[in-house]
Amino acid sequence: MTLIGWLQIALAVGLVLATVAPLGAYMARVYAGEVRFLAPVENGFYALAGIDPRREQSWAGYTMAMLAFNAAGFALLYGILRLQDVLPLNPAGMPAVPPDLAFNTAVSFTTNTNWQAYGGEATLSHFSQMAGLTVQNFVSAATGMAIAIAFARAFARSGATTIGNFWADMTRSTLYVLLPLALVMALAMVLLGLPQNLSGPVEATTLEGGKQAIAQGPVASQLAIKMLGTNGGGFFNANSAHPYENPTAWTNLLELWAILAVAAALTATFGRIVGDRAQGRALLAAMLVMLGAGIVACYGAEAAGNPILAKLGLTEAANWEGKETRFGIATSSLWAVFTTAASNGSVNAMHDSFTPLGGLVPMFNIQLGEIVIGGVGAGLYGMLLYAILAVFVAGLMVGRTPEYLGKKIGGREVKLTMLALLISPMTILVFTALACVWPGAAESLANQGPHGFGEYLYAYSSGAGNNGSAFAGLSANTPFFNITIGLAMLFGRFLMIVPMLAVAGSLVAKPKVEPGAGTFPTTGPIWVGLLVGVILILGGLTFFPALALGPLVEHFAMQAGDLF
Amino acid sequence: MDVRAHISLFDPAVLRGAAGSAVAKLDPRSLVRNPVIFVTAAVAALTTILFVRDLAGGGDAGFTGQIAAWLWFTVLFANFAEAVAEGRGKAQADTLRRTRADAVARRIGAGNAVETVPALELREGDVVLVEAGDVIPADGDVIEGVASVDESAITGESAPVIRESGGDRSAVTGGTRVLSDWIKVRVTAAPGGGFLDRMIALVEGAERQKTPNEIALAILLAAMTIIFLVATVTIEGFALHAGATVPVAILSALLVTLIPTTIGGLLSAIGIAGMDRLVQFNVLAKSGRAVEAAGDVDTLLLDKTGTITLGNRMAAEIVPASGIAERELAEAALLASLADETPEGRSIVALIHERHGVTADAAGGSFVPFTAQSRMSGIDIGTRQIRKGAVDAIKAWAGGALAPAIAEAVDRIARGGGTPLAVADDRRILGVIHLKDVIKDGIKERFVELRRMGIRTVMITGDNKLTAAAIAAEAGVDDFLAQATPEAKLELIRAEQAKGKLVAMCGDGTNDAPALAQADVGVAMNTGTQAAREAGNMVDLDSDPTKLIEVVAIGKQLLMTRGALTTFSIANDVAKYFAIIPAIFIATYPQLGALNVMGLATPESAILSAVIFNALIIVALIPLALKGLAYRPAGAAAVLRRNLLIYGLGGLVVPFIGIKLIDMAVAAIGLA
Repeated sequence: MTLIGWLQIALAVGLVLATVAPLGAYMARVYAGEVRFLAPVENGFYALAGIDPRREQSWAGYTMAMLAFNAAGFALLYGILRLQDVLPLNPAGMPAVPPDLAFNTAVSFTTNTNWQAYGGEATLSHFSQMAGLTVQNFVSAATGMAIAIAFARAFARSGATTIGNFWADMTRSTLYVLLPLALVMALAMVLLGLPQNLSGPVEATTLEGGKQAIAQGPVASQLAIKMLGTNGGGFFNANSAHPYENPTAWTNLLELWAILAVAAALTATFGRIVGDRAQGRALLAAMLVMLGAGIVACYGAEAAGNPILAKLGLTEAANWEGKETRFGIATSSLWAVFTTAASNGSVNAMHDSFTPLGGLVPMFNIQLGEIVIGGVGAGLYGMLLYAILAVFVAGLMVGRTPEYLGKKIGGREVKLTMLALLISPMTILVFTALACVWPGAAESLANQGPHGFGEYLYAYSSGAGNNGSAFAGLSANTPFFNITIGLAMLFGRFLMIVPMLAVAGSLVAKPKVEPGAGTFPTTGPIWVGLLVGVILILGGLTFFPALALGPLVEHFAMQAGDLF
Repeated sequence: MDVRAHISLFDPAVLRGAAGSAVAKLDPRSLVRNPVIFVTAAVAALTTILFVRDLAGGGDAGFTGQIAAWLWFTVLFANFAEAVAEGRGKAQADTLRRTRADAVARRIGAGNAVETVPALELREGDVVLVEAGDVIPADGDVIEGVASVDESAITGESAPVIRESGGDRSAVTGGTRVLSDWIKVRVTAAPGGGFLDRMIALVEGAERQKTPNEIALAILLAAMTIIFLVATVTIEGFALHAGATVPVAILSALLVTLIPTTIGGLLSAIGIAGMDRLVQFNVLAKSGRAVEAAGDVDTLLLDKTGTITLGNRMAAEIVPASGIAERELAEAALLASLADETPEGRSIVALIHERHGVTADAAGGSFVPFTAQSRMSGIDIGTRQIRKGAVDAIKAWAGGALAPAIAEAVDRIARGGGTPLAVADDRRILGVIHLKDVIKDGIKERFVELRRMGIRTVMITGDNKLTAAAIAAEAGVDDFLAQATPEAKLELIRAEQAKGKLVAMCGDGTNDAPALAQADVGVAMNTGTQAAREAGNMVDLDSDPTKLIEVVAIGKQLLMTRGALTTFSIANDVAKYFAIIPAIFIATYPQLGALNVMGLATPESAILSAVIFNALIIVALIPLALKGLAYRPAGAAAVLRRNLLIYGLGGLVVPFIGIKLIDMAVAAIGLA
């Protein structure tokens, strides 16, 4: 670890924190319907769809609207991928995407996962990238944000029946938050050297005289929303390690910011919506504690590198494998932590090549449920579910029925919260175990032993956590993995959202009790510590056996001089 | 009536009975009510089958057998905890029954034969004979006879009332006493309105229904059981990838140590013990729900008289009219009060003796008692008439206006929350006596404590606003309701509840019944009317309204005990993982020995020690579950910090030490 490395990390984290308050306040105004600079466009959409944005929905209505919208989005994307050979903007002449891969990819992008079982530039047409993937990059992110806001309203209102209008929340997320941010960022990226065109690949002659096809296309526009919407699906297979997606230290810094900016700011939006900004800050503080610990652990492990190489007398002990020299150890580690903290899933280095502990951090981030800042919206509602749980586990200790933000937590809330929180870990563990015993699944592994096990575990964690990054050693484009990871993504997204919105429906109807001296405190260091503790014990203990058999055993083996 | 039975935590009779019922509770129909323990029992059964297989097939039967035995012990210990709590409840119930058995009734059976039976055996429709000096054994209607009945126990009115058959003076209340003559009463409700019976069933655990918090907690524990079941079962798949298999007995051990058996095993014991503590305190609750609600109370409605102030007003000073000597007023006040046996009257006599050193002789005088019409009392000595009473009554009697100085004094006393009594001698107003409410000792400090706990206190009084405000300020309550009518009380409760607050109150009169029913915690006084006792969800057998505060504390203690043991139970899992995971995989991956931070002797002893610890911790925590957490009034933040330190951090650390110690013992004895 170097001073310059820590300074780079501090700069990126500082940049994220700097935008929390202003962006959070702005979003609070957006969802209150106070930002209207695109009113004609917005109202046009509502008129076209026959929607009255002021007519609010119950939790069930909100959920149905969300599910219908996402089902339609899935069908559209699946159709585009299957028909891309006959659709326009296909200069490279890509064939139709096979069914299992099209299913996997359509699920992946509608669930905001952006797991890529394919190589972007080698599989998809420009039309598929722009009209298919990029559209989903916007609306899947907007869906997550809308749901988080609806959940926040459940805490803000007292004895109400509605939690907002899905269509209005979704449209406003897109029009007033994601589109403007993405537009500015895309232009900045073009300025910093990213390509933005509709051309086919160019052919280059390499130094050895070989021929190389260099793909290009609308990279900057897709990149901006890929980062801002915690999507992570790269235009190129190499994602943000590719020089066209992330050429310099400046683009790297800006992209790092974009991974966490919106999700972090949503905590401030939450604080404003519930009328107590300290509540939002407490959630962010808990996220930052875990983020900080992850950064220290990951950067520490990568900087320490592989003791076997050190014994061989190599001067540079740090682990450079799979990393771009233009980013270095610090910001590659930082990216790995950010992208898994935020369910983004883009990469600027290959996590498969990290040291065992360095690779454990991203995996653990995902397994905790993507709540360390988390995906846009998804991070906030995931964290809120844990907050409800933490309040319930420890809240009885103050001698009262547990309450969070003035809402009493009863049997129904506990049941639905546990249901929402159980889905992701169950999916990960069951599918990983299934892959372990599935005949032929092991052929997809680049490595055997605990590292190969880690590749399975990472893949399903990434799917169920809607992250999308991968231990690249797994060749996941097989029917078995396309289908099981596709299901993991669906379960991790929607089977969590539905009970979560039911919690919102249950909470919004409850009276909001004013806080008093006897109220369980949900701000301040004790609460932050308790929340982190509950997340680590309940989230972490679930995965302890799996992690022990994967990265931990690999780590101890490496210390002893064995590699897999 | 005192129903308290003081039962030691280690009462041998209770423990013996509990040991028996712990085994009886192995009945699957009984086990299934507790998902965590049911899973434990199922796993224990599975391990027992494996043990038999190992015995036959030559596996490591010694090890499997020990695991199976300790898993069964885990189930038995959990059953034992519940049985001990129930046993103590039963002991309480027996005492309750004895109390009931003490009362007797003379029942008129067939052929008009009178038989003496315990009041307990009366049923609706029975006819009883009650004669002078008897206590009416149950609520009922007079069907024959006329009697004067002392109903002071329920009305506070000492004048006897006439009860006769027919008309609207036929209803009599259990617990009241016939003073003269005799009546025949047809019983309309079994003694105690079946209330005592319900209570007995409740403390015995027979009718125990889960309370809302208990249900929510049970769901959490069940969900955690499911997730750990998945986490354990999938290990087999992961192991296959590593080319190893994990014996099912070991996975069973891991599962049982991970699922929250500690709190799962103690949960119902905690609930029963909470009810029990209330009974020890001489308060009967109709449901566990009421006890739990007591912990949640945000607003306490407290009657001024008897709770905040001593029941009676005391004379504090006398204020002579201008031109009247203090001594003259003192003498007149004394003469007017000498024969007045009310506490107020006696306090006037005491004040004048002590402060003014005046004595007087009322020989030959005739006492004029207080009546609701005259609103004054006094004495006639010859033709001299001395009166004291309400200021406007005396003013009307004396004729004419008050002197400005007197009017001013009256005003000052009223503003300060006192009651002015005017004194007149032969229709000449001499001055006023200041009667003052006396705030109970220590009550002010109690309100400070309550405020720190986040509970708002509201004083209920029939006084006017001015008086109420002054007393409220002196006592330090947060708010007050003056000139309170039953409707105003009900209104106040509804308003608080609309804000999401839980309200507790106590009351005794029939007109309190709607408010008692509306309140989340309504404590009826045992001396109160049947209607009040039916409406409330608790009855205080001591009829001490101050106890409302302790009832809240008991409710809080119940919830705290549950929360603390839940936190402790979950925190324990960390150490168990560190004991078992390296032990399971040490053969496949020797490197995982690095996770054996406790340095446990062998893989077998590590697993066995974790299982033994998991079983013994239930037994170790039974006293805490039954006694409840030490409770001190403090703000939520302070309570959380303290309990989190003890049960959260303690829950992390204790099992590391405990498992290590057990491992040393296991290794020393050579069990594994």
